[in-house]
Amino acid sequence: MKKTLFDKVWDKHVVQQIDQGPDVLFIDRHMVHEVTSPVAFLGLKNRNIKVMYPDRTFATADHNTPTINQHLPVQDPLSAKQLDALEKNANEHGISYWGLGHEKNGIVHVVGPEYGITVPGATIVCGDSHTSTHGAFGAIAFGIGTSEVEMVLSTQCILQPKPKKMRITIDGVLQKGVTPKDVALFIISKLTTSGATGYFVEYAGDVFKNMTMEGRMTVCNLSIEMGARGGMIAPDEKTFHYIKDREFTPKGAAWDKAMDYWQELYSDDGAKFDKELFFEGNEIEPMITFGTNPGMGIGISKDIPTAEAIGGGAATYQKSLNYMGYNEGESMIGKEIDFVFIGSCTNGRIEDFRAFTEIVKGQKKADNVTAWLVPGSHKVEKAIKDEGLLDILEESGFELREPGCSACLAMNDDKVPKGKYAVSTSNRNFEGRQGPGSRTLLASPIMAAAAAITGKVTDPRTLIN
Amino acid sequence: MAYDKFNILNSTAVPLSIENVDTDQIIPARFLKATERVGFGDNLFRDWRYNNDDTPKTDFVLNNDTFSGKILVGGKNFGSGSSREHAAWAIYDYGFRCVVSSFFADIFRNNCLNVGVLPVQVSPEFLEQIFSAIEANPQTSLTVDLPNQKITLDAKGDNESFEINPYKKENMINGFDDIDYLLNIKEDIRTFSKNTPL
Repeated sequence: MKKTLFDKVWDKHVVQQIDQGPDVLFIDRHMVHEVTSPVAFLGLKNRNIKVMYPDRTFATADHNTPTINQHLPVQDPLSAKQLDALEKNANEHGISYWGLGHEKNGIVHVVGPEYGITVPGATIVCGDSHTSTHGAFGAIAFGIGTSEVEMVLSTQCILQPKPKKMRITIDGVLQKGVTPKDVALFIISKLTTSGATGYFVEYAGDVFKNMTMEGRMTVCNLSIEMGARGGMIAPDEKTFHYIKDREFTPKGAAWDKAMDYWQELYSDDGAKFDKELFFEGNEIEPMITFGTNPGMGIGISKDIPTAEAIGGGAATYQKSLNYMGYNEGESMIGKEIDFVFIGSCTNGRIEDFRAFTEIVKGQKKADNVTAWLVPGSHKVEKAIKDEGLLDILEESGFELREPGCSACLAMNDDKVPKGKYAVSTSNRNFEGRQGPGSRTLLASPIMAAAAAITGKVTDPRTLIN
Repeated sequence: MAYDKFNILNSTAVPLSIENVDTDQIIPARFLKATERVGFGDNLFRDWRYNNDDTPKTDFVLNNDTFSGKILVGGKNFGSGSSREHAAWAIYDYGFRCVVSSFFADIFRNNCLNVGVLPVQVSPEFLEQIFSAIEANPQTSLTVDLPNQKITLDAKGDNESFEINPYKKENMINGFDDIDYLLNIKEDIRTFSKNTPL
């Protein structure tokens, strides 16, 4: 029988099929962070059970960690208590814990691939919706709730109905200034934030084949923003090259055995998808959002659409524009901004910082802009320094902070004030996401760089030589 | 955690006719710092419900005494965004046992089912009918009959059937949870794990 990539991986992990119910799915790797795990560990305690496979479980602190002075005690007592709880729980259950100050610390979806926890053909879960990131390696990776975290901690399994399958194919070549982030925002703008709900997505075609692993991570990361549980890309030589010899990837004979499995991981010709979509790569422009969900994005040369053009609820649409302080028909170019944030599990990797630096090199940060540059991990931070990017950034008036989720969800002190505008490389522009009353414009690292030096929304293509 | 059994719920409802209600609105990230599952209801819809100085926003439906009940009725694509189960906890802790919408985000739907809140998906037309009925008469009561998978506007008896996975339905009716199930097959899981490729 012809199978999709998704089917091949899913079917390999089904422990049991419940009659008329969900499948019992075995989970290869479970990533844990401080915010969605404490109640799950409490559940284990109440049932008097231990984590079933501590060696398949990895814990890092990222969501509410500060991004300055990480060597000092965490000031916020609630955050400190949550971090403390994770450390205690990890120690009690024998789980590796990469806490604040640990050299491997960073955002869970950045460190997973960095250390080879993420491998093709694996099932990977985490109590975080952007777990979809790991699908870039041809893994089935998706976010789960805390009850499900408790299930995986206690039994290494989760009960899941098998989702439907969608394939999104984009052929052709991307234009100058168009990044993986733009590709993802383009797709979400076409599908809306619920367009892929109920589906697991496979990305196929030239555009994804030609993308770097980090670019693929950005795309898969944003799958959840169109409602998909996850997204995946068939592993290829680029994937195998990326993961080889990382700390947790299989070695020697185990590698060879894994390769036998991995090399079969592609959708067979003629495999059936529940839905197929096709786009042309050269149609995509640098994207920016203007509203309060990630589906409300436009090409930078376009105007904010009318409610009629969008369809759906006009009242909800108007509420969104009111929140942003924008009107139908306006151009985004030239809009005043106050903050720029580069970082997050979406765009907090070294290639993102290289792209940002390339644009700001030799220029000065605009005086009206507060810029937060937050690497996704210590490894990224180190690369920024080792490659000389930090010197260039500092010359342009930027400072580098320490790793964490930071202003993506503003659980720590990195909050955009009420009414202020932030051009952000993160993943969500929901009301108040970056701080109560904050207004977020989602964009690529180079769009963020263009905004940082001009002090307003600027088409980054005008700054590329 | 095992939860309350759910059988037939008869209640008035609170209408929230906004689409794409994301979990950041249901409970903003800054309220996710607890290490126990207590008190989340106080911060349900925090930034829509309260001003910066913590005074209630009078135009928000939860601050309007006219509307009350154990059923929350929301617009299309309810619960999108973050996987935070805290959103479902906040809804439960506030006192809701059922959320009705014409479309739910996947993770939120699962989270609700795992904490004892029944997500009921109805047609866009029936959702409009429910909103109109509540607007015309805030005392409008609804009956959510889980065994028969039926939701009824009591006044005129207009009703619609809804889908739920049979396994999840049994769990909700009996107050079982998935972990109980999984712990019972732990030996099978152990055997399976020996033959996994990774």
